[in-house]
Amino acid sequence: MLGAVPRLPILNETIRNLYYHVPLWWAMMFQMGISLFYSAKFLKGENKQDERFAYNAALVGILLSIPGLITGSLWARYTWGTWWTFQDPKLNGVAIGILIYLIYFILRASIIQETARARVSSVFNIFAFVMFMLFIMVFPRLTDSLHPGNGGNPAFGKYDLDNNMRLIFYSAVIGWMCFSGWLLNILNRISLIKSKIDD
Amino acid sequence: MFNQQLLALIKKEFTLEFRQKASLGGILVYVVATIFISALSFNKIIVPEVWNALFWIIFLFSAITICGKSFTKESGGAALNNYVLYKPLTFFTSKLIYNFIFLLSISLVTLFFYSWFVGYLINNFALFILVLTLACLGFSAILTLMSAIASKADNNYTMMSILSFPVLIPVLILALRVSRQAIDGLAWSVSADFLLILISVNTICIVLSILLFPYLWRA
Repeated sequence: MLGAVPRLPILNETIRNLYYHVPLWWAMMFQMGISLFYSAKFLKGENKQDERFAYNAALVGILLSIPGLITGSLWARYTWGTWWTFQDPKLNGVAIGILIYLIYFILRASIIQETARARVSSVFNIFAFVMFMLFIMVFPRLTDSLHPGNGGNPAFGKYDLDNNMRLIFYSAVIGWMCFSGWLLNILNRISLIKSKIDD
Repeated sequence: MFNQQLLALIKKEFTLEFRQKASLGGILVYVVATIFISALSFNKIIVPEVWNALFWIIFLFSAITICGKSFTKESGGAALNNYVLYKPLTFFTSKLIYNFIFLLSISLVTLFFYSWFVGYLINNFALFILVLTLACLGFSAILTLMSAIASKADNNYTMMSILSFPVLIPVLILALRVSRQAIDGLAWSVSADFLLILISVNTICIVLSILLFPYLWRA
């Protein structure tokens, strides 16, 4: 973690944030993908457990987005000189993403009848995920991002990242994804036990 | 698709709308009053950026008000009746087409009063109308689905607006971009890329909402 890193302008030592910030967001997207998968599976197969799994995955995703946001914000303070900016499409995309999942939780909480709740929130989850992805993919084409690797900023390119860093980075990605999978597994087991007790 | 049932359903929507003159009049007054207030508040600071942003914000709120009530009438006995009589595809398409026509006419009224009260700054009128039509299409697809979702939740109206805002953003941002170019009177070739993206986003919205609606229908 404290190994040698390439000296790049602006980034300097903060490049180590790559080990935390980027994998956290990848893990978040990974969990949201799982949530989408379970929502679709529920609509196909009508198994209530799938819908609970989708909810749990979204919960883990939101949980990961909090440290992702904090590490990004801290990093931005030292490189861009500000905690938050509305000029960057990735920041806007993240804000929209978090908003969408908070609304998903509110929607899910506001319907009392169980089957209706499961169906309605699955439909919203699928639609919202696609719109979120569209936003992430379309919006950066319209404006340049301030993020490293975009718009001529250094880092993450072929020539910027040395092999030592790449090794740690990819293991961090795998590590955070496994961690999120472990959290999801625990939550899923809790909801399985709960549903067994209810029955 | 274009069968008797679909046409009959669309006709039914219009008949119901014109029978309740208060709700149609209410929306018109709402739009005109909002524009009048903006004309007073933004008295001397109307530059193209502000004009554009203000227009789309007014459009956004009137669209949510218009499409938000798509499914409020369809509850209890009426819902059961529809469920037995129609296919979800026909039913949803009729709502979508009706919302689209209604939204487009209201947005043209909005454009007329907005240009009158606030000022007329558009240089490429045809492009602006095209963007407005595409935005109406995308908005009606998204809002019809969201209103179907909101009708299942408890506090319908609040739910409708919070569900819609984040999912409308991709279409809204694209429309804002292209309409800005229409105001500046740029050539069509400049906007071609954005128009293509807007059309594909619209297509995705329509297909997705048609695919997902049957699941709500059964609930």
